[in-house]
Amino acid sequence: MLSVEALAERIREAASNGERLRIRGGGSKDFYGEAPAGTLLDTRSLIGAAEHEPTELVVTAPAGMLLTELETLLAETGQCLAFEPPRFDAQSTVGGMVAAGLSGPSRAQAGSVRDHVLGVVLLSGSGEQLHFGGRVIKNVAGYDVSRVIAGSLGTLGVIVEVSLKVLPRAESETTLCFDLKPQAALEQLHAWGAQPLPLDASAWWNGNLIVRLRGSEAAVNEARVSMGGEPIHASLAAPFWNDLRDQRDPFFVAAADAVAHQDATLWRMALPATAPLLGLAGDELIEWHGGQRWLATSLPAEAVRAAAVAAGGHATMFRTRTKSPGVFTPLTAPLRAIHARLKQAFDPKGVFNPGRLYPGL
Amino acid sequence: MNAPLPRAAALAATERSDRDRRQAEVVAALAGVLPAHALLWHREDTVPYECDGLTAYREQPLVVALPETEAQVAAVLRVCHGLGVPVVARGSGTGLSGGALPHALGVTLSLAKFNRIVKLDPKARTAVVQCGVRNLAISEAAAPFGLFYAPDPSSQIACSIGGNVAENSGGVHCLKYGLTLHNVLAVRGYTAEGEPVTFGGSALDAPGLDLLALVIGSEGMLAVAFEVTVKLLPKPQVARCIMASFADVRHAGNAVAAIIAAGIIPAGLEMMDKPMTAAVEGFVHAGYDLDAAAILLCESDGTPAEVEHEMLRMAAVLQASGATRIEASESEAHRLRFWSGRKNAFPASGRISPDYMCMDSTIPRKRLADMLIAIGEMETKHGLRCVNVFHAGDGNLHPLILFDANEPDQLHRAEAFGAEILEVSIRMGGTVTGEHGVGVEKLSSMCVQFSPAERAQMFAIKAAFDPAGGLNPGKVIPSLARCAEYGRMHVKRGLLAFPELPRF
Repeated sequence: MLSVEALAERIREAASNGERLRIRGGGSKDFYGEAPAGTLLDTRSLIGAAEHEPTELVVTAPAGMLLTELETLLAETGQCLAFEPPRFDAQSTVGGMVAAGLSGPSRAQAGSVRDHVLGVVLLSGSGEQLHFGGRVIKNVAGYDVSRVIAGSLGTLGVIVEVSLKVLPRAESETTLCFDLKPQAALEQLHAWGAQPLPLDASAWWNGNLIVRLRGSEAAVNEARVSMGGEPIHASLAAPFWNDLRDQRDPFFVAAADAVAHQDATLWRMALPATAPLLGLAGDELIEWHGGQRWLATSLPAEAVRAAAVAAGGHATMFRTRTKSPGVFTPLTAPLRAIHARLKQAFDPKGVFNPGRLYPGL
Repeated sequence: MNAPLPRAAALAATERSDRDRRQAEVVAALAGVLPAHALLWHREDTVPYECDGLTAYREQPLVVALPETEAQVAAVLRVCHGLGVPVVARGSGTGLSGGALPHALGVTLSLAKFNRIVKLDPKARTAVVQCGVRNLAISEAAAPFGLFYAPDPSSQIACSIGGNVAENSGGVHCLKYGLTLHNVLAVRGYTAEGEPVTFGGSALDAPGLDLLALVIGSEGMLAVAFEVTVKLLPKPQVARCIMASFADVRHAGNAVAAIIAAGIIPAGLEMMDKPMTAAVEGFVHAGYDLDAAAILLCESDGTPAEVEHEMLRMAAVLQASGATRIEASESEAHRLRFWSGRKNAFPASGRISPDYMCMDSTIPRKRLADMLIAIGEMETKHGLRCVNVFHAGDGNLHPLILFDANEPDQLHRAEAFGAEILEVSIRMGGTVTGEHGVGVEKLSSMCVQFSPAERAQMFAIKAAFDPAGGLNPGKVIPSLARCAEYGRMHVKRGLLAFPELPRF
């Protein structure tokens, strides 16, 4: 087990030797991003008790803590991580969740991982321990460094500890099913979205639009009546949303199979929710009220990416066997320059996760 | 508030002539890209730009540029970058921390003329607005579609969205609806070199590092925002408010924690102490309880059935927490009357004191009562009065220290008082600024909150966006020399030994 000081020493040693380190927690997201490179730096030594203050709506957890452990702790007082991060397997850690920056079905309503990060303790590329943000909800002292760490895929530093905003679980929840074609489903979602309804998550796949309402009992009951649809019993709805969140539902199982055996790629497209259907061949699942569209397809990468960019969004090769087209959508020149200098600012020797976000970064 | 900056007026004669030469050079260069009427440099014309909402700090800008087209904004930035002239972007000038304080040898870039709502898309529930659009104007434009823009800083009638982005502004509803950060999808603008750049996008996330999160709240030091894409939300059908009185500030503080512990996220949760209540009652005559040690305003919004249910739950918690009087708003006019005093806390303070200094730290909610008691002891120590309004729901404090600037000793004591509040906030596990920003006002307190290595990291971030350091230099991050001069040690946050011991 390596203490924080031992990790810092390891980083300093790597920096002086020109060694590269591959930061890794439970390894549940090894598939994500560009191919990992460098000597393994295991963050699961960063363990300890989480400090949860239910009346502050804040939890501070060490990076090596298992995500499932953190969620169990929060559930004891009826609280949760509202952004529903995916748990690709039971080994997912808190640090990995923040570094990957992935959010689940509730994201369109509840916000993203980044929206809930309040503070981080970080080891920089020179092994320096840095605190940014804090444990309070409103904090504008200095640049909001802790939030840029969310989704940085370990390229800026080693997350030691993170403070997150947590929320009470909704008082009431219900799931409705609608038999709708995709375009009609999108139109319906936009119409609902403009009304003060407790709309939380949505998923369209294979002719069905599944919608989850969350909020006060009064609001959920009123909405259930006004929205119609076929109610799904909680005993079926709960596993459905969990499987969707953790990508274990039939769409993702089939997609993983197509990636493994048919040279398909599972794309994650983030689009303006009101973007029309892109009409690309393949199997599609639509989440976030139209804002996140998963596509399992064998189409050339350039075609998928060009369509997503033309629609005002971007496309990520989420699961694929060939990363050569670049996993993430390329950046514009001014952003690329800022990325390169920001990497240099945090990790001047280029120790951390080389090329994991973009080749050369 | 920390130690004042040196004044331009104190420039020596040789520096004065250097300044004149520099001014002539900058004016000549900018005259090539701006019409004559968009360029101000005579003292009498630039006076209105000498300060922002923090009027205790003033500086004469070298030049004020008032571009009228986007191309002119880019051109001004290119010219300034070429000449190595600092640029201070300015919106409505309502900021409370001196973020738009001019640079003595810099150009103040006024963006107030860009006040057009470019596009409002009711279906996507987004609006694209120019940086000079007023915060409230967005909600007004969205109202016909049943939508609104959630962040509502008290200055929302006047403050611009560009300034909101620079400060990551909050308001009274951010516990439920989030800060500017949570309600902005994209910022399109220019780098320090005048190159066009877009942070974020029309989707919920963008590829690469989340630079939008860094740019929001960067106080004009990383880029210049020109156009902002904001999210709009469906307007809740009704809002109602409870006003609860408490005979003891500890009971009021505990009530705040009890509401959150009950799983309620109120739309607004505000606290006023007794002196503040007296000051606002004298100003707005809203019928506040003048006998209460503290008053809580607790708001619920949503559908009528939902609000009715939540009001009952909130009232029960407040009752159980020892509220001595509970009044629920019965109409929209009634609700607005409850809020009238809270919204007028600052002008009401101006009425009872020649000057006041507004602090803005955040602490964990559970320390609210401790902080009020600590401030009470500081009043005796510094010989000045302090009235308190808190965004209790998110632990954000606005103590208003009352003083008379005509007595130099009082300003000095007020500054020491303010610095002590900030230091105690850090020791309680909080932060020196919750929503007003660091600007120049809290530079010295940043030495206490951040270690030298953390400050060095922030300078490195600044340089990554703005290698030449031209955008709003000297704000937010204190230099090593400044911290050495201030002489206060960096405090490990929230790690005060024996935090329960009374020591204030």
